[in-house]
Amino acid sequence: MTLTLDPNIADPDGFYDELLRAHEGLSKADSDALNARLILVLCNHIGARDVLRAALEAAK
Amino acid sequence: MVAVRYQTTFKLYPYAKVPAQSQPPVRHPVVIVGGGPIGLALALDLGKKGTPALVLDDHEGAGLGSKAICFAKRTLDIMSRLGASDAMVDKGVVWNVGRVFHGDGKVFEFNLLPEEGHRNPAFINLQQPYFERYIVDAIREAQAAGAPIEIRGRNAVTGISRHDTHATIEVDTPDGPYQIEADYLIACDGARSPIRDMMGLTFDGRMFEDNFLIADVKMKADFPTERWFWFEPPFKDSGQSALLHKQPDDIWRIDFQLGWDIDREKELDPDRIRARVDAMLSSQSGTIPEYELEWTSIYTFQCRRMKEFRHGRVLFAGDSAHQVSPFGARGANSGVQDIDNLGWKLDLVLKGLADDSLLDTYATERAYGADENILNSSRATDFMTPKSEMSKIFRNAVLDLAGKHGFARPLVNSGRLSVPCVYDDFPLFGEDALKGPSVTRPGASCVDAPLENGFLLDQLGGDFTLLALGGSAPEPVAAEGLTAKVLHIATPGPELAERYQGSAPQAVYLIRPDQHVVARWPAFDAEAVANAMRNAIGKAAH
Repeated sequence: MTLTLDPNIADPDGFYDELLRAHEGLSKADSDALNARLILVLCNHIGARDVLRAALEAAK
Repeated sequence: MVAVRYQTTFKLYPYAKVPAQSQPPVRHPVVIVGGGPIGLALALDLGKKGTPALVLDDHEGAGLGSKAICFAKRTLDIMSRLGASDAMVDKGVVWNVGRVFHGDGKVFEFNLLPEEGHRNPAFINLQQPYFERYIVDAIREAQAAGAPIEIRGRNAVTGISRHDTHATIEVDTPDGPYQIEADYLIACDGARSPIRDMMGLTFDGRMFEDNFLIADVKMKADFPTERWFWFEPPFKDSGQSALLHKQPDDIWRIDFQLGWDIDREKELDPDRIRARVDAMLSSQSGTIPEYELEWTSIYTFQCRRMKEFRHGRVLFAGDSAHQVSPFGARGANSGVQDIDNLGWKLDLVLKGLADDSLLDTYATERAYGADENILNSSRATDFMTPKSEMSKIFRNAVLDLAGKHGFARPLVNSGRLSVPCVYDDFPLFGEDALKGPSVTRPGASCVDAPLENGFLLDQLGGDFTLLALGGSAPEPVAAEGLTAKVLHIATPGPELAERYQGSAPQAVYLIRPDQHVVARWPAFDAEAVANAMRNAIGKAAH
C-alpha cells in the first residue's frame, strides 16, 4: 500500500467544516487532546507501518 | 579492613579464613566477583558442570531490601535447570492480572493468561534476598554432592592486574590482604561495579531525570494478588505514577514516582512516606489498614551498557555490564540470562573443548539482549514520564482511548515484561530447514511443553541435546569431542507438536546447553547435525 497524497475526500469543504466544528468551544488543551486522539484513531485505522511512516514524512 | 557498605537480610557465606590467605597466589579457573544473584547463579552452573568456581563477596550475604522482586519464567526455567527453582516458586507470589488506572478511573485490566503446559508460571514476585538464599541452598547441596564451588565472604577485591593468560586479584579480608590468580575473572559486582572502575571502563547511556520512592509495606489486606498501576494517581502527593504489587510474607511493594527536583532526605522521612501510603491505601478501601514500613528507598535509574562485555580475561555480567529502568523487570532477569549464556561457554573453554574465542560470542549475544532490554525499558519510561508537553498529550490520549477502545490498549506501556531475546542470525546458530513454528526458530530459547512424565525443559538438561519428535530415534552425534545426547519422543503430545512441529510430521532439533535452539530439520541428518554442533561452539564446518 502507498500513501495517498492526491485528493481523496468527497466534499472537501464539508469535511473541513466538520473538522473545525469538532474543535469549536474547546480550550487549547482540550483541542490538543482531541487532535491527539484523532491521530491515534486514524493511525490505527490505517495500520500499515510503511504508510504511517510515509505520512509522518509527508506531514513534516 | 573490609568496609561494611550495607546491612544484610540473610547471612549466607560468613567469613572464614582459608589457608590460601597465607600462601603464594593460587590460580583458579574462574573467579566470580560479587555474590549477588548473578554471580551465585554462575557459580552454581559451573560447579554443577564440574568446573571450579570461586565467588568473592565483600559482605556475608544478601543485602537488605526486596530490590528485584519480579522473576520471569525464563529465569525460573534457568533456575529449574540449576535445581533451584522449586523453593522460589513455592515461596513466590504468582500473579497474572494487572489493572491500569488513570486518575480516578480504571483504564483496563489485563491477564497474562499463561499458556498451559509449562512447568513454571509466567512470573513470580519474590524478594531478592530469598532468590539469593535459594541459590546458595542449591550451591550447598551441589557442594555436598562434590561440585567444586567455593564462596568467600568478606573478601573485598581492591585491585586487579591483567595479563594475557590470567588476572591477578588483590583481595582484602578481616585478616589482611592476599592475592588470587584467575584464568577468567567474571565481574558480577553490580551497577556500580568497582572492577569496571578499576579498569577505567566507561558505562555510557541515557540518564532519566526522575526519582522513585519504594515503600515495602507489611500489612494484612485483602487487596487481590494483582499488579495495580496508576498514571497520574488521584491520591495526595503520589507523584506522576504509582504501583502496588504483592510479595510473599504479607509485604506489598508500593512505588511512587516523585519527579526530579526533590529533597531526598525529606522524602525518606517515615512520617512523610506514611502520609503518602495512607492516601493511597485509603483511596481503595476508604480506611487505612494497619501496616508497618518494612523497607524504604529512593532510586534513580539509567539505561546504559558497557560497549564491550569482554576485556581479555575479564568478563562482565548482570548490572555491571548493563543497567535498565525497573519497568518490565529486565534487570535481574537479564543478568540470569547472561550467565546462562556464559556458563556453558566458559565450561567448554576451560575443559579444552572450545577455543577461547567462543567467549567473544557471549559478549556479542548478550550485548544484543541488553540493547533489546534497554530499548524496551526506555520506551516504557518515555510513556510513563513524558518528556515534552506533546508527548504528554499523546500519552493521555492513549489512556483516554484505551478506556473505551481496545485498539489503544497495546499502546499503554507501564513496562513490557521481560521475555528472552531471540538470537536471530547470530553466527553460532544454524539453519531452519524445518521451517517450523516461529516461537522455536533457531536462536530462540526452548519453550516448555508437557511430556508424558513431566516437562520438556527438565529433560533437555544442560548439555547439547538432539531432540527428535516423531519418526525413529536418531543415533547420538559426536563432533569435536562433544556428543549430543538424544531425546526422542515418538508420539509428541498436542502442545509439543504445536510448539515444535507445526504441520511437519516429524522434526529434529539441536539444542545448546543454555536451551536455545541451534538448528532444526524435517528429518535426521547426522552430518548436518555434526556441522551445526561444530558451528555452535565456534568451530565452523570445513
